[in-house]
Amino acid sequence: MSSEQKILSTDGIPLEESLKQAEKKNKIKAFLLVTPLLLFLIITYIIPIADMFSRSIDDKMVTNMLPKTYKAMEQWDGKELPPEEVFKAFYLDYKILVENKTAGKLQTQLNYEKNGFKSVLKKLARKQKKFEEGNYKEQIMKVHKRWRNVDYWRAIKRRAPAYTYSKYLKGVDMYSNEDGKIVQVAEDRRIHRILWSRTLEVAFFVTLFCFLMAYPIAHLLATLPMKYSNLLMICVLLPFWTSLLVRTASWMILLQQQGLVNDFFVWIGLVTDDNRPEMMYNKTGTYVAMTQILLPFMVLPLYSVMKTISPSLMRAGKSLGATPGVAFFKIYFPLTIPGIGAGCLLVFILAIGYYITPALVGGASGTLISNQIAYHMKSTLDWSFASAMGLMLLTGVLVIYWIYNKLVGVDNIKLG
Amino acid sequence: MSKKEDFVKFDKVDKSYDGKVLVVKDLNLDIEEGEFVTMLGPSGSGKTTCLMMLAGFETPTNGEIYLDKNPISNIPPHKRGIGMVFQNYALFPHMTVFENLAFPLRVRKISKDDIDKKVEKALSMVSLSGFGNRMPGQLSGGQQQRVAVARALVFDPSVVLMDEPLGALDKNLRESMQYEIKHIHESIGVTVVYVTHDQGEALTMSNRIAVFNDGKVQQLSSPDKLYEEPVNSFVAEFIGENNTFAGEISDISNGSCKVKLDKGEIIANPISVRSVGEKTTVSIRPERALINPKDKMDNNQKGIIEEVIYHGDHTRVRLNLLGNSEFILKVPNSSQNLDIKLGNEINIGWNSHDARALDPK
Repeated sequence: MSSEQKILSTDGIPLEESLKQAEKKNKIKAFLLVTPLLLFLIITYIIPIADMFSRSIDDKMVTNMLPKTYKAMEQWDGKELPPEEVFKAFYLDYKILVENKTAGKLQTQLNYEKNGFKSVLKKLARKQKKFEEGNYKEQIMKVHKRWRNVDYWRAIKRRAPAYTYSKYLKGVDMYSNEDGKIVQVAEDRRIHRILWSRTLEVAFFVTLFCFLMAYPIAHLLATLPMKYSNLLMICVLLPFWTSLLVRTASWMILLQQQGLVNDFFVWIGLVTDDNRPEMMYNKTGTYVAMTQILLPFMVLPLYSVMKTISPSLMRAGKSLGATPGVAFFKIYFPLTIPGIGAGCLLVFILAIGYYITPALVGGASGTLISNQIAYHMKSTLDWSFASAMGLMLLTGVLVIYWIYNKLVGVDNIKLG
Repeated sequence: MSKKEDFVKFDKVDKSYDGKVLVVKDLNLDIEEGEFVTMLGPSGSGKTTCLMMLAGFETPTNGEIYLDKNPISNIPPHKRGIGMVFQNYALFPHMTVFENLAFPLRVRKISKDDIDKKVEKALSMVSLSGFGNRMPGQLSGGQQQRVAVARALVFDPSVVLMDEPLGALDKNLRESMQYEIKHIHESIGVTVVYVTHDQGEALTMSNRIAVFNDGKVQQLSSPDKLYEEPVNSFVAEFIGENNTFAGEISDISNGSCKVKLDKGEIIANPISVRSVGEKTTVSIRPERALINPKDKMDNNQKGIIEEVIYHGDHTRVRLNLLGNSEFILKVPNSSQNLDIKLGNEINIGWNSHDARALDPK
């Protein structure tokens, strides 16, 4: 007899099976209930992210525009000028593009690869109408002397793969150079790294300020008698019911150089009228406005955790001989850690992707990575780069979440 | 070493939370060293407030509390050195049992070896040796309760306060914990001030009981006196079961009085009545009234059985007697055959000494 004897139900069916059957209906019901949400999530969340990802690595455009060229280039080792077949294939591909009036896209794309490529290609488009059959190498090289430079051909070859990670490199101010090595961009053009570190810095300090301000508020909320705590709760939630834009705009009114705060400083004699400090269109503005806007996200999880801490615990601590300070740090504070964790994670993640407030009050030194993403979405129309940076941001958040889980443990988080 | 008579002393203490209502009125209470005193009363009677004032979490509005002759109103709770067991145990959920017990010792900067010894001793006192590494959440209610008791005693406080510590336990556990706490008290001789609204608990455990009502101590005496000789109708009503007759004194002379009821007249023991014509409530314990008494008793009445409830060891019989249809009798379960049936008329007798004529309700 095996040690794992199967237990049978009264009807002789194995118990496990019988249980499965009995639970089946409930499982289907439960699944049907969550189906709408699941579909919604897939459509609005999973699919866009997948699309973003494919966009960020997609480089098929050039590949598809020069099919014959890339076929001919397969044999070329890239050391010297390519052979006649490559010139011929390029001529034929380019001719079609010019006729279809889509050559402009190719010019732009190749210009990313090699500066000055655009004018060379434009000239070729004009001249190649008069080309004669045969010996295309000679004819093309005659149009512009740069065609004799092998670097330009290498630039074309680099765009052969249908997928590329160059956008991700660009996101951290790096690129792969003509030799295929990954190097940093010139020092004066390393804008993205500044933005990344500034974003992390702002998110960190906003989280810190929110924590410092929210902790006493949440404690008050949790311990005051009902009638006062309700009023205070409304004060905390009031910003939630006001439009984000209105709140940001009111900070602009307050913080600008001729604004109310500065007027007040001048009035009490803290600063002279012609020496008003700039509190907006820089990091200060971003800090102040974002802290205020994100404060409720810190208060609420803290409050919900503090509400569950019995006041008798602190009394017990005191009756056992702990001074109020010791009782706070040994008893109350450790018990609020789940709330602190939840609040900090929430505020940090929201802050790291914050867009509208830094855009309005941040100025040049207060803009964050999300503003850069929006800039590429709207102004340069480089969606693949915007997607790449968006995904890098998402990965960053996931990494932070992972580290956080290792440090605090997600099971310890309490959101309410 | 002689015991100090007024180790804990409440001296004319008043307490008001809102400046309009006095929760505690003119409280005077002396507690002897090593005594187990219970504050018993309905909710809102001010007993917990008194405990909180003693612990230092509330300040008396007027008057002073003395601990070993020293006024303590201006001493913060953590310097009073009073142990406390809370209603919901108030164990620190993020610390192990050992850390919970070590907490009062660590804040007193006691050396590590001594802490280990004291905690081990306290745990064995409540028979929880070996539970030191558990978290409070992993313990049953009774075990948590014992940890709370051990924690309140581990730093050798002179006084331990207990605020309805057994309220959250089920009946059997509560009873066994009552004995356990009583035995711990007897073995280490600490002064205990215990608050409860459960009279059974109070009667089982205490040396003396202070019955609170309406912010005042109604009676402070030993459990047996409290039960046998309540001084007013609130105490009689609150402690144990009680049959009452409302009436008027028609005659009073050397240690006995006649009380005229709506229907009939009974002889009673005048406790808080002085003169003829006074209104009174007469209180008789159910077990002091007998059916067909063999000995001669000076009160003999006839009643009609209205309800019979079987309780195992005894039977509760509700009678209509002298116009009181709530008159309860407890008949012990014995082989004696009594004719207890619904609707029967039976003879009831009791001694006038057991019928206490108290203040009117």
